[in-house]
Amino acid sequence: MQARKKYVLLGLCACCWLLLFYWGGGVQVRLLKLLGQQRGDVVRPWPDWTDRVLLPGYAQLEELQTGPGSAESPRQRHQAWTGIYKDSRCRMETCFDFTRCRRRGRDGFRVYVYPSEKGERGSESYRKILTSIGESRYYTTDPREACLFVLGIDTLDRDQLSGQFVPNLDDRIKGYPLWNEGRNHLIFNLYSGTWPNYTEDLGFNIGQAILAKASLNTEHFRPGFDVSIPLFSKDHPQKGGERGWLVRNTVPPRRKYLLMFKGKRYLTGIGSDTRNALHHIHNGKDIVSLTTCRHGKDWEKHKDARCDHDNLEYERFDYQELLHNSTFCLVPRGRRLGSFRFLESLQAACIPVLLSNGWELPFSDVIQWNQAVIEGDERLLLQVPSTVHAVGHERVLALRQRTQMLWDAYFSSVDKIVLTTLEIIKDRVFSHVSRNKYMWNALPGGLLVLPEYSTHLAHFPFYYLSLGVSPGQEFTAIIHAVSPLVSQSQPIMKLLQVVSKSKYCSQIIILWNSEKPLPPRSKWPPMPVPLTVTDGRRKTSSRFLPNVAIETEAVLSLDEDTVLLTSEVNFAFLVWMSFPERIVGYPPRSHFWDPVKNAWGYTSKWTNEYSIVLTGAAFYHRYYHYLFSHYLPPSLRALVDRTSNCEDILMNFLVSAVTHLPPIKVAQRKQYKELPSPQTVRLAPWANPEHFAQRQECVNSFASWFGYMPLVHSQFRLDPLLFKDQVSVLRKKYKDLERA
Amino acid sequence: MVRLSMCASGKYSSRGPALIPRMKTKHRIYYITLFSVVLLGLIATGMFQFWPHSIESTADWGLDRRSVHDAPLIRLPVANPIPERGDLSCRMHTCFDVYRCGYNPKNRIKVYIYPLQRFVDEVGVPISSTGLSREYNDLLSAISDSEFYTDDVTRACLFVPSIDVLNQNSLRIRETAQALAMLPRWDKGMNHLLFNMLPGGPPDYNTALDVPRDRALLAGGGFSTWTYRQGYDVSIPVYSPLSADVELPERQPGPRRYFILSSQTAIHREYRAELERLKEENGEALLLLDKCSNLSQGVASARKRCYKGQVFDYPQILQESSFCVVLRGARLGQATLSDVLQAGCVPVILADSYILPFSEVLDWKRASVVIPEEKLPEMYTILKSIPHRQVEEMQRQARWFWDAYFSSMKAIGMTTLQIINDRIYPYAARTYEQWNNPPLVKWSSVNSPLFLPLIPPRSPGFTAVVLTYDRIESLFRVITEISKVPSLAKLLVVWNNQNKSPPEGEKKFKCPECTAIDGLSLDQTHMVERSECINKFASVFGTMPLKVVEHRADPVLYKDDFPEKLKSFPNIGSL
Repeated sequence: MQARKKYVLLGLCACCWLLLFYWGGGVQVRLLKLLGQQRGDVVRPWPDWTDRVLLPGYAQLEELQTGPGSAESPRQRHQAWTGIYKDSRCRMETCFDFTRCRRRGRDGFRVYVYPSEKGERGSESYRKILTSIGESRYYTTDPREACLFVLGIDTLDRDQLSGQFVPNLDDRIKGYPLWNEGRNHLIFNLYSGTWPNYTEDLGFNIGQAILAKASLNTEHFRPGFDVSIPLFSKDHPQKGGERGWLVRNTVPPRRKYLLMFKGKRYLTGIGSDTRNALHHIHNGKDIVSLTTCRHGKDWEKHKDARCDHDNLEYERFDYQELLHNSTFCLVPRGRRLGSFRFLESLQAACIPVLLSNGWELPFSDVIQWNQAVIEGDERLLLQVPSTVHAVGHERVLALRQRTQMLWDAYFSSVDKIVLTTLEIIKDRVFSHVSRNKYMWNALPGGLLVLPEYSTHLAHFPFYYLSLGVSPGQEFTAIIHAVSPLVSQSQPIMKLLQVVSKSKYCSQIIILWNSEKPLPPRSKWPPMPVPLTVTDGRRKTSSRFLPNVAIETEAVLSLDEDTVLLTSEVNFAFLVWMSFPERIVGYPPRSHFWDPVKNAWGYTSKWTNEYSIVLTGAAFYHRYYHYLFSHYLPPSLRALVDRTSNCEDILMNFLVSAVTHLPPIKVAQRKQYKELPSPQTVRLAPWANPEHFAQRQECVNSFASWFGYMPLVHSQFRLDPLLFKDQVSVLRKKYKDLERA
Repeated sequence: MVRLSMCASGKYSSRGPALIPRMKTKHRIYYITLFSVVLLGLIATGMFQFWPHSIESTADWGLDRRSVHDAPLIRLPVANPIPERGDLSCRMHTCFDVYRCGYNPKNRIKVYIYPLQRFVDEVGVPISSTGLSREYNDLLSAISDSEFYTDDVTRACLFVPSIDVLNQNSLRIRETAQALAMLPRWDKGMNHLLFNMLPGGPPDYNTALDVPRDRALLAGGGFSTWTYRQGYDVSIPVYSPLSADVELPERQPGPRRYFILSSQTAIHREYRAELERLKEENGEALLLLDKCSNLSQGVASARKRCYKGQVFDYPQILQESSFCVVLRGARLGQATLSDVLQAGCVPVILADSYILPFSEVLDWKRASVVIPEEKLPEMYTILKSIPHRQVEEMQRQARWFWDAYFSSMKAIGMTTLQIINDRIYPYAARTYEQWNNPPLVKWSSVNSPLFLPLIPPRSPGFTAVVLTYDRIESLFRVITEISKVPSLAKLLVVWNNQNKSPPEGEKKFKCPECTAIDGLSLDQTHMVERSECINKFASVFGTMPLKVVEHRADPVLYKDDFPEKLKSFPNIGSL
């Protein structure tokens, strides 16, 4: 009955509405008009012109195809440009001689360093820069093949009042026969100008040389030509470098203090506008801004009423402690635009809040700074507290992690700073074989992404998730063969059968490193997948050569005597699909610090953790072949070839240095190679104690090249679900793995 | 498990009797008739109300509808001041008054548009031969409809003049500059934004608008590296009017009929000769189009291209090629770029010193190939070296750039304002991914908020969160076991039972029903409900985010033939 009443009521309402429409139309029109007017007044301020459709187009279609005419030929124009756009208006197109860098890739980009003159000792920082170049893969001793030239004279400190200042630079440079007005030269500088103005003046004419300079001003910066570098101290490590201080993410990400600053207050001179106002935002609670007047010789002369109180407060807090416990760190300009505290806060995961108007940020060409720092405006100092307050937790978390990513990728050592500078210039010279912005700003950073390998993101192991794609469903097996073919029953034949039976195997490559010549094709058994045999020229490092025949992203690296089952291979491959940037394999090894020998040790004992997976049976991405052969220095590969050992350790070092993660060990049927048959013991090189000692040495020499120990320990192994569980074997997909 | 099933069963019991009682047939017919009558009545009313009066009523409601020609006429005295030429050293911190933008919880700039005025010189000749163009009108409408707009001139951070300077050809330079200077808030051009797409004029075609404009920001199409003030100006595309006229459906990325296509009609003859030479070497892979010389009357020549008498439809033909050449013409910015992107063809840009549109935020390396003009002869080899999969991604990316940033004047205007907005509120700036990832990638990609690979130290340990309902005994069992773990820092029990208060301290509860409830998890309905949940979640997510793997993590020596004493985690797996 209830329902019936409802419907009657509804009917009545409808009737009323009808009546209103028929006889009360006037009311409704007025209502609509009111609404319409409101809309017109508030929402559409730019009128909806009645003759909108009659308005002319901004240009005729023909006008958009205006040709250059035949007046000036492109070559003439280019020549004219070179005359006009030089010195302060230099661009790569006009001030750089590309013909010096003709050859492709790495060979086209060689860097020559002028020899230092006798008795001249540059500053420690400059020596580190030159060492970095000398050890880089671009270094050449032959000026004829060089694309880029670096001066032997220290140009880092061009402050005339400084002890490091080198006089008469102009005259000395003019004496260089290769100077060529500075074309293709790269000049490093950290300090320019002097008291009181600290101008950008270097005290000599750099001409058409590229300037890699700290504290660069946007006004003087020649975009696409100069490189802004960070200011670093003379104690900055040559290589490796300390990791960032962030060891874990906390949620919510706030630290004890919201914002901190501890530094000098300039009472006069350039930069004092900002430095003299910083104390205003100090509230003693979540914002700590401490300034001291005590600097320079005659500070007491300029002393004002604040000084005594401020100096006292200043002593109460410890800079390091503030760095650790603050969410944001104020990085105001000093006398110059850049300051040490920029790198210090970056390393400390204290998000820098920049107050340095006009500063061209370090490596601004490639780094997207707005994802790692807060770019403040000196004019808006007093807004800074409310601005940082308003930054949400999610963003703080992202900014903080990005400081660490950038620190670790580009700033933690002089090597990285110098290499980044060189790579940026190289990307400009070979612009169509260069990194895109994403490669520079995503993990693992631009230095580990070599564009000569590919410029396509999906070809690298790092970007699958962020692109929303997965690696291909196939792998290439590479078998490292050292013993001659004698019988159809030797281990390699069995291995070929096992691997080729995997449904994910697309091809097999045999790398022939035996003393015997390549056996004829007929000696190999027929295979369901293509089989290629290539000559490794008896070099151990050849197993990681970027073989063009490898068409799949996944590589299964195998020793000829590896004993595996097809299901083991399949399982490991599926695990690799989930971790394409890591090494996924079977037999684990570990490294440890030996305090007695004061060196790194290597062990093959069964332990509860591991940091190495042997590449005698392991899956990894083919890009690591390229990195192994092109990123690592020839000296390390030579060591591997000389000893015919350690190539697997080096590969593990490389991958862990790139990912900061341990390799992955998967389940295997029984311990691989652990219990060898007595006949093979004599033959196998790894059974040799000398072999083992060599591996200890390798670990130490690799660690010294990397500048730190990149290997990371892991305590887990990935097993198939139901592995060794008490359920029927019929339900287990990988039951073979449990058989003894 | 138990908890979930309990919730669910409670829900069922709360449902009352069926909501809708069965109606009698008699009533049903009655109601249906009533509704039909009402419906018909409403339709009739609608017709009566709106049809006959429609003309009268629009005129009535749209009193504010005006013609462009109703805009007030302003006469410019000859002696009016002319702004300075524009300072090449201008940057946001030197030439932009940031105080006008202020601190703003929404982090959004406020943009004011000057009302339309028609400027004429002393003898009554307008300063522009076209006046307000359709494109500029669209742009201003878009701004006024956007969230950036404010009609309060005192609160504005950015000012957009209604003087149309999109095309320098139609402007009288000096008078336009005077008109700009006459704007009430001009103040040396501070915080003013001008839009220009066709800068310069014959013979040397400057790469930035020649109108003197003090400190005004310029959103310009065709900047060169020498005129572009990085971080101050905005490089914008040259809008192609074909965008509005022609609809090119998005094509699947993949190989196309031609490899390289050149469609521009105005290329320097040396470059055309070079292209011809490339064509000779590589044959069919290249298609070189030019103007049609003998088209019949009435055919829009701008929409046709020819090759040796063969006529092709433009821009449709662009969709037939993998790469499309965009060479510099008289100007650096080319409208062709927009057409090429719309066709999903990868632009091959040969224009030395050109600042690509929106290059501040867009990663052009992922959507185009930039080759120095000098290397035109090597173009074919360079393009051939790009892997197929990358070409496909570039095609997709090119089309996405057009869709999002080139397709209309609105898109161009909004992108420009967003870029300026990102500079003023850098801490709220859009990310690389937001600017550059097409929607498909945005959906399918995974960007973890914890992206840095960190292996945290053991020291602070972990917090255990135990959800409970009613099974006191198993709860205590869990608590006892987990409290033995050395790394446990804190234990949090979430009490989920409304009918009972949580047990206090160490006092133990007896729970006779516990076993009975345990049985519930095996119940069929429980599994069915959970399947329903999965389907519901997947439909809300729009995709199935769960991934299937076949592995699990075990301790390194798990169930290995090894002394248990030496294992770190010996008890795992022994149930």
